[in-house]
Amino acid sequence: MSILFLMIVCSVSLASIFLGLFIYSTHKGQFDEGESPAVRMLMDDELNKVENKQQI
Amino acid sequence: MRSDCKHCGEVCENDYFRIGEDLFCCLGCKTVYEIIHAHQLDNFYEINSSPGIKPEKANPHKFDFLDAPNVQESLLDYSEEERASVRFYIPVIHCTSCVYLLETLPKINPAIIQASVDYNQKEVQILFHPKKIQLSDLATFLTQLGYQPAIHLNDAKKEKKKVDHRLLIRLVVAGFCFGNIMLLALPEYLDSGEYWLEKNKNFFRYLMLLLSLPVLFYAASDYFLSAYNGLKNKRLNIDLPIALGIFVLFARSIYDVFTDTSPGYFDSMAGLVFFMLIGKWFQQITYRQMAFDRDYRSFYPLAVLKIANQIEETVLISNLKIGDRIRIRNEELIPADAILMKGDARLDTSFITGEAEPIKKNIGDKVFSGSKQMGMAIELEIIKEVDQSYLTRLWQQKIADSEKNTLETLTEKVTQYFVAVILAITVAAGIFWWRYDASQVWLIVSAILIVACPCALALSAPFIFGNAIRILARKNIFVKNIQVLERLAKIDTIFFDKTGTLTKGNFKAIQFMGDALSDIDSKAIGAICAQSLHPLSQAIAEKYSGAESLNIQDYQEFKGSGISGVIGEDFYALGSFDFLKIYPSTKIPETIVAVAKNHEFFGYFTFTSGFRNQLKSTIEELRNYHLRVISGDNNSEELALRNIFDENTTLYFQQMPHDKVEKIHQEQKKGRAVMMLGDGLNDAGALSKSDVGVAITESNNQFSPACDVIMDAKRMYFLPQMLSFSKYCNRMVWGAFIISFMYNVVGLSFAIAGLLSPIVAAILMPISSISVVIFATFSTQWKGYQLFGRNEDKMNRSE
Repeated sequence: MSILFLMIVCSVSLASIFLGLFIYSTHKGQFDEGESPAVRMLMDDELNKVENKQQI
Repeated sequence: MRSDCKHCGEVCENDYFRIGEDLFCCLGCKTVYEIIHAHQLDNFYEINSSPGIKPEKANPHKFDFLDAPNVQESLLDYSEEERASVRFYIPVIHCTSCVYLLETLPKINPAIIQASVDYNQKEVQILFHPKKIQLSDLATFLTQLGYQPAIHLNDAKKEKKKVDHRLLIRLVVAGFCFGNIMLLALPEYLDSGEYWLEKNKNFFRYLMLLLSLPVLFYAASDYFLSAYNGLKNKRLNIDLPIALGIFVLFARSIYDVFTDTSPGYFDSMAGLVFFMLIGKWFQQITYRQMAFDRDYRSFYPLAVLKIANQIEETVLISNLKIGDRIRIRNEELIPADAILMKGDARLDTSFITGEAEPIKKNIGDKVFSGSKQMGMAIELEIIKEVDQSYLTRLWQQKIADSEKNTLETLTEKVTQYFVAVILAITVAAGIFWWRYDASQVWLIVSAILIVACPCALALSAPFIFGNAIRILARKNIFVKNIQVLERLAKIDTIFFDKTGTLTKGNFKAIQFMGDALSDIDSKAIGAICAQSLHPLSQAIAEKYSGAESLNIQDYQEFKGSGISGVIGEDFYALGSFDFLKIYPSTKIPETIVAVAKNHEFFGYFTFTSGFRNQLKSTIEELRNYHLRVISGDNNSEELALRNIFDENTTLYFQQMPHDKVEKIHQEQKKGRAVMMLGDGLNDAGALSKSDVGVAITESNNQFSPACDVIMDAKRMYFLPQMLSFSKYCNRMVWGAFIISFMYNVVGLSFAIAGLLSPIVAAILMPISSISVVIFATFSTQWKGYQLFGRNEDKMNRSE
């Protein structure tokens, strides 16, 4: 049962890493706006074509 | 087969264009469709139906000022050789298709590198190649697609609005700690008797304590600050009992853990903070829309043509000095108080005074900022700077006048009683236990304070009113804040402005009195009228448009009287009866345009403002309110109004802005709560005086200071529903209060009896919070659905 010490410490540390990543991405503006990213998904194909054309 | 334009959804009238099976109402819509189709972006039409916007007739010089270096410097975010970035505010953005089209602009125009839409702010950020496309051409290109940028003074050197992340991060930290603490608390709650757990319980307990520190010192910090500020100002806000609750939870837990009494209440504390922050965060995202952020700067244009030493240059209006000469062209706004130097000034002052007819000014007359020139270009000399001019000062004054929103909210009132009651109970219980078993006193007192924490109380108003505000916002009714919703429920009297509020702006319904016009004649009349800039001519021209190819000879315009022209063999003259030298025997309404063909009287056009959709049924639904119509116009439409309003409604005409304020004041003296519906700055005084001021707007660009609600003109028929919704929400808030009180009662019974344990607290608090939130959400959603119809996706165009 004493493995629980290690387990708990590990999981809390791992979770803290995720927390840190969340805080970082929030500061970078990831979560500023909820509506446009949902639509942007639909357009990935379109924009890939544009990028390909521009590269060629 | 549908007769609606495939692009914008409007009904296609006589002239329409067709491609295959699809109809288009005008050349503009058809052109945009062709552009979209040519680039294989037909997804635009798949995502939503009729998502397009009818492009305005492009004025090729409208955006010329954008190419001036000083304008570019203040407008562009940055500019290099190969890349420049600009943000345009495009108020017509209204659906997912708009986002789709704007973000795939690079596909349509290779000079655009990238485009990114911020839907909440209705802004598009465009990264473009400055050598391949001029800024003015970019703006014109957007206009041709239907997405005209609105560029105003407030866009100069604007910092990109930084979204405040503080709350969200605090929320997430609290949630993180809450989840982990809850898990760590489980072993002792489950009480399995396991030897190892019993021996190492301190590991769990101290880890919980450690995890609760970020919650106490970081996530909950705003509550302590707010409670402290409240105390300093001798105001009892709801953050005080919450802060107290958090603190007592923590202190009691520390004591319990160090004395091995119990595992502590860390999970309840973290949970409490987490739920409270959710409430705050929900409120924050509710208020995120731009609507009330505007001030006078959003009304003014960015730049104007200055004339110095025979040279014209584009100058930012913030740089205008007294004595500068400027040129103002047709439909441009006068940015500062000035004197008319040259040209024929016909000013539309409807925004400020409510006058529908343009006012003529003579050379040497003063003209005021905020009026719009309708006609030829004029030259003005500035006598006051923009900041000191009439419109700015009027605006500032209206804002200063409005002090409605400092009154207490319902929640604050209830909190005061609540705190008083809790204090009494605490004292009573303390005394009781001191007599009975003194060792228990502090434990009992702290238990009471823990349970008494009004977290459910604090969640009621944000969730109910916040949800209500969001539901209304989806219907383009924007409510400023919670106090407004509370006041809406008490309204019993409604004042309506007429022009622009009850009616759809100017001259909607044009009727021709006389024998029916033949096709040739109507096209001819339309073509001739298109030559004139007078609003009446423009209205006729718009009705009979489509004749751009007609050749007009000998066009003449007689200012203020009429116009004439020759088309083919026929001589047409249009204008006032005096102009045509016709003297009718019967009384003719004031606003008409008479027509004569080949010197023979043909008939005349009448202009009546159309009333808004479903106005009559809307007013009928409001029969339980005291209604008044108060207008700055004359009483020519009295009969039409009587048809809509019943005999109990008083109609006032020829009212100046201060008359309107006075009438509202008189009703308020009778003890009535008054709502005013108006548009434009001329109603600002009345909007500010009333208990709730509703500004009716045709487009996102029109707005008025000192208004509490902004309502889309097309949604005015929701007025009765809005009022009953607010009444319902107020009742629901009481319902939520009662639910939270019940939990308090249950919890207090445990606390006073000395039976409160961590597990009881841990169950009670989340349940009370969650049940209040669920109740709030479901009750408002259900009622909103019932009153306003299907919850459309926020991004779909309504209708």
